[in-house]
Amino acid sequence: MTAADPKVTLDLALAHGLTAEEYDRIIQLLGREPTYTELGLFSALWSEHCAYKHSKVFLRLLPTKAPHVLQGPGENAGIVDLGDGWALVLKMESHNHPSFIEPFQGAATGVGGILRDIFTMGARPIATLDSLRFGDPEDPKTRYLIGGVVSGISWYGNCFGVPNVGGEVAFAPEYQGNPLVNVMCVGLVRRDRIFRARAEGVGNPVFYVGAKTGRDGIHGATMASAVFEEGAEERRPTVQVGDPFTEKMLLEACLEAMAGGAVVGIQDMGAAGLACCSSEMPSRAGTGMEVELSRVPRRETGMTPYEIMLSESQERMLLVVAQGREEEVRTIFAKWELDAVEIGRVTGDGLLRVRMDGQLVAEVAVRALTEEAPVYEKPTARPGWLAALHAFDPLSLPEPADYEAALLRLLAAPTIASKQWVYRQYDQQVGINTLVLPGSDAGVLRIKGTSKAIAVTTDSNARHVFLDPYQGAALAVAEAARNLACSGARPLAVTDCLNFGSPERPEILWQFAEAIRGISEACRALEIPVVSGNVSFYNETEGEAILPTPVIGMAGLLEDAGWRTTQWFKSAGDRIALIGPDAVSLGGSEYLAILDRRLAGRPAPLDLRVERDVQAACRAAIEAGLVSSAHDAAEGGLAVALAEACISGPEAVGAEVELPSLGRHDLTLFGEGPSRIVVSVPPRAQRHFESLMGECQVPWRFIGTVGDERLTLKVGGSVLVSLSLDQIAHAWRTGFDRYVG
Amino acid sequence: MRARVFVRLKRGILDPQGTAVKRALEGLGYREVQDLRVGRVLEMELDATQPDQARGRLEEMCRRLLANPVTEEFTVEIVEDGGRPRLA
Repeated sequence: MTAADPKVTLDLALAHGLTAEEYDRIIQLLGREPTYTELGLFSALWSEHCAYKHSKVFLRLLPTKAPHVLQGPGENAGIVDLGDGWALVLKMESHNHPSFIEPFQGAATGVGGILRDIFTMGARPIATLDSLRFGDPEDPKTRYLIGGVVSGISWYGNCFGVPNVGGEVAFAPEYQGNPLVNVMCVGLVRRDRIFRARAEGVGNPVFYVGAKTGRDGIHGATMASAVFEEGAEERRPTVQVGDPFTEKMLLEACLEAMAGGAVVGIQDMGAAGLACCSSEMPSRAGTGMEVELSRVPRRETGMTPYEIMLSESQERMLLVVAQGREEEVRTIFAKWELDAVEIGRVTGDGLLRVRMDGQLVAEVAVRALTEEAPVYEKPTARPGWLAALHAFDPLSLPEPADYEAALLRLLAAPTIASKQWVYRQYDQQVGINTLVLPGSDAGVLRIKGTSKAIAVTTDSNARHVFLDPYQGAALAVAEAARNLACSGARPLAVTDCLNFGSPERPEILWQFAEAIRGISEACRALEIPVVSGNVSFYNETEGEAILPTPVIGMAGLLEDAGWRTTQWFKSAGDRIALIGPDAVSLGGSEYLAILDRRLAGRPAPLDLRVERDVQAACRAAIEAGLVSSAHDAAEGGLAVALAEACISGPEAVGAEVELPSLGRHDLTLFGEGPSRIVVSVPPRAQRHFESLMGECQVPWRFIGTVGDERLTLKVGGSVLVSLSLDQIAHAWRTGFDRYVG
Repeated sequence: MRARVFVRLKRGILDPQGTAVKRALEGLGYREVQDLRVGRVLEMELDATQPDQARGRLEEMCRRLLANPVTEEFTVEIVEDGGRPRLA
């Protein structure tokens, strides 16, 4: 409706990523053609990112309820009760595409976004974790991406002042053209001080707070070519740039305004910026909203209503303020040197009304943008490629001639090798709550003023998901929970980040549907609700999709912070025990990927009942003070888990281990299977440990003793591996560093 | 010959450093500063004789390492022996 706006046509709608049917539906909902600004609103709010239109029907399967859940999916983040009046806020999100275009700023603004998701709920962020996937590190482009992403994460988090306490980095050729950058954040809030993204109270003023708006990150697909013609270069949308110091001030200002009671509702202006906030907030509350865009603080001239509504400039929030408390909010934000401008108010008519200099540029029912967004149930199809992959028998390959060389190669594989180069760039202790630093199965943080601690981890084994999405995704849940169990924690909640290719391809949507089924099944069996999450589709380049990668973020509680346990062996003389079943496979294993460059076969089956019992047994042993260390056996199998337990701690210590043969020696040493935990038991606790395992009715056995300067692995009486600690430590410490150091 | 490369953020890209410097100047009383953006200058001594060829290599250096083409733009200046700087 402004003079410069292009005429809205079907072609323009198609160029915005909408389908012809969706465009018809918009006309039907409005009873007329949309204005250019309205078209922008619909294209953003009806995008996959905001509307979850391809994933919603599947996501409904996830278990989201439990007595301790204070906030499930649908808000900026999920919340669970910790007791003592405290609650934990958690959320994970992807920033894959921006990180590929500009790795440093893409990853940095990913951290910024997830921090805001946590503090909009009224919480103070206490830790972040990051789950990263890259292509082959031999490729210079991959090394460039790793360098940029890691320094972007560390820059933003370190400047803001939040510790990074864990995560994972894995490599596979399928991520070459599409790396994954998933960031998780947890925060603490008093359970009676939780805020939500709801525009309650007709007549309440709406405040824009934080940084100024520029043409940052206005989605490429939503920028029609017509817009570019006249303004040329300076109208082009730009890469979002983060400003962590402004974010820190925004955090303090928001928490201060919330503490005083002036804030009614609050939402982060993240994806789709003001468009998203001004429709989702009233939609949740059953209200409407009107905004005057000429009042929005801008740092560029000539911005159109379309651009202001869709800008993704960072470090901004939309607040609904209690009427009469406006001055208080202005004063607080002025103290923190931030803009706080009243740009509109909450209305009772269910409409979003957008004006620019008094002129109406959009008038849409908020429900049309949110609740009435299309939901699809697109066809799924089991991929034809699976049959041939499953038919491959890893045991058809010859046994390795030299088991010591094979173990050293696995320890030096970039996915397994030490990631110290990555996490030493992160501040791990700011806030002085970190009890277990990165490098163990999970990060552990104290809750000040209580005797409790929380443990956090992220997990996904995409190779297993590729070969069997149902079981692979269930395994990711099981492994995350196992990591928490090894740290001494009881799992409380899941936040997931589901990275897949295009849902418009039936094979990809099948992977997605199966993965959701797997997560649901595992979460039900282990009684862990999913409280928040994120779906990232369209992770493909030139028709090649990434490995399906559902990343599971999980948080757990230690009633006594003293229970915290790390993965490395502590003292010579401790007995080493393996808790868990013998079912392992080389199908989809790291061994097969490294030694034969092959992704095929069938992973070992997961029995969720056994998984639950093994985790309970491990936790019971920890709580009774019977173990010195606990480490989950995952990628690389038992041999790698034992080697890591020897060398990943502050002081290396050897071990002598005798394993029963599971058939072939490569299967025994490197076979991967779920529900397996390596613990070390001090001699004084041995009897007690034996009887506890008996009570828990889990498969277990002693397999060796901690001590000496070597790792010795025997199978069926013969020594397969006898390596000095220096040899294994060198392989493990340099395997990843040699690419980036 | 000597060369100078100027690297600056593209127009419209947020410049937190520039904003911080502007704010600090305001704090010192320099309220006339309306906008401020920070870039960087690289000064180089080159073993080269052909200015056009040198300029081509410098631009390549900018694209490959000295500037981030996603967020930054650059200009190259050659200072010929005894001559005045010439803007590329």
